[in-house]
Amino acid sequence: MSYEKRFSGRKFDEMREIEAKVGIIKRADGSALFRIGDTIAIAAVYGPRELHPRFLQNPETGILRCNYDMISFSVPERKRPGPSRRQVEISLVTEKALLPVVDLKQFQNSVIDVFIQIIQANSGTRCAGITAASLALAHAGIPMRDMVSSVSVGKVGNKILIDLDKDEEDHEDATDIPMAITNRGKQITLLQLDGNITKKDFIEALKLGMGGCEKIAKVQEKALKDYYRSKNE
Amino acid sequence: MGKLLVKEREIVIPGQELAEGLDYLPGQGTFREDNKIIANYLGLLSTNERFIKVIPLTGRYIPKVNDLVIGKVVEIGFYGWSIDIGSAYNAMLSIRDAAEFIERDDDLTKYYDYGDLVVAKINKVTRSKSIDLTTKGPGLKKLDGGKIIDVTPSKVPRMIGKQGSMIQLIKEKTGCNIIIGQNGRVWIKGESTEKEILASNAIIKIEQESHTEGLTDKIKKMLEKK
Repeated sequence: MSYEKRFSGRKFDEMREIEAKVGIIKRADGSALFRIGDTIAIAAVYGPRELHPRFLQNPETGILRCNYDMISFSVPERKRPGPSRRQVEISLVTEKALLPVVDLKQFQNSVIDVFIQIIQANSGTRCAGITAASLALAHAGIPMRDMVSSVSVGKVGNKILIDLDKDEEDHEDATDIPMAITNRGKQITLLQLDGNITKKDFIEALKLGMGGCEKIAKVQEKALKDYYRSKNE
Repeated sequence: MGKLLVKEREIVIPGQELAEGLDYLPGQGTFREDNKIIANYLGLLSTNERFIKVIPLTGRYIPKVNDLVIGKVVEIGFYGWSIDIGSAYNAMLSIRDAAEFIERDDDLTKYYDYGDLVVAKINKVTRSKSIDLTTKGPGLKKLDGGKIIDVTPSKVPRMIGKQGSMIQLIKEKTGCNIIIGQNGRVWIKGESTEKEILASNAIIKIEQESHTEGLTDKIKKMLEKK
C-alpha cells in the first residue's frame, strides 16, 4: 500500500515545529520544556539528594531515577491517572537512555530524580521526554559527558519518514522506531521498534533520525545558552 | 599548537568541545577525550594560560573544608546534630565540636533545636561524603531572627565581591547585618523590614545578573535610588 502524501502535509524528512525552554519550574534544581508539534513534555530534576529507602543506596555511585507520566488531560480521551505497564516501561527506557551520559560516580549513596510529565500528547512522547530530561539535567548542573537528543523515525506504507504523528502511527501499515543519540559522540542510547521493516529500510531510517537529532541538538544548545543570555540585557 | 574553540567567559553546555590539541590541560569541570577538551557541565569558560576550566552556573553545593555555611538542624541524635547544608548529604555537628559546654546526658535541644539555623564551618569531608561541622570559632553561632534567602552556590563569590566589596556595599547602604554561607544561603537581619527587603532584592539581583559586567555599579545605583 502506498503512502504518497503525509496527512499533515509535511515532507517525509521534515519534523514538526520544535521549541525548547529551560528553567520553567522554579522550585526544581533543573527543569525544561520541549515541544515538538502538538507533543509537549516538561521535565524536572531534583538532586543529587539523599536516597530513601536506604537499601537502594549504592556506596560506589549515585543513582538516576526517572519517572515518566502522562497527565490525564494530555490525550483526547481521559487517561486514567496512576502507574501503568506502559509508564513503567518508558520510565525504564528513559533512564537507560540517559544513564550513559550522566557522571554519577561522585554522588555516592545519593539519587538524582527526573520527573517527566507529558502535558499534551500527539505521538513521540518518550522522545520528547528524553530530550526534555537531558536539558533539565544540564540545567540542574549535573556533570554530563554529553547531551542526548531523541526523535522517532519509521515507515508508513512504502515511505521512510521522520517524526510520526498520531495519524501516521495508527496507520494500518506503520512501523515506529523511537531513537535517542548522544549529541557529540553519535552513540545510540535508545532504540525500540514496533512493526515490520527490512534491514535496508531500517538503516535508511536510522540515518534520517541521526539528521533529525542533530537539528534537535542545536535547539537544545540554543535553549540553554539563551536562558542565560536573556538575563544579560 | 592547540586551538581554543570557545571564547573566554562564554557559556558552554555539557559535551561541548572547548579546545583541540594536547598542550591545553583540562581543569575543573572539563575532561579530555582523545585530543579534545570537553565541558562536563553547564557553565562559563575560564582559561588560565594552558588551563581550561568551567565555572558552573547552577548545581548543588559541593562541600569543601574551611567553608562557612549556614545550615538547618534536621535531626538530633545522641552524639550531635544532623544539619542540612543544601548539599547532597547532611552534615554532622558532634557535641565535641559545638562551641557550648555541654554536660553529660544533657538535653541537646537546649543548645540547637529542630529547625534552628546555625552558622558553622566545615571541619572535615571524607571520601565517603560524611561532612563534619564545627561551631567553634569567631562568628560561628546560632542565628536569631532575620530572614534567609537561597541563591545558587556558584554565585556566592560574586555576591561577596573582590575583598568583600559587594557585600560591604550592601551592608553600608542598608545597614543590615548579612552573613553569606558558601552553600548559597544568605542571612539578612536589619533594623526594619523595608531595609531587609531592599538588601534581599539586591542579593536576588546579583544572582540573576551574576555573569554580567559592571555589577557593583548597578547595585550601587539600585540601592541609592530608594
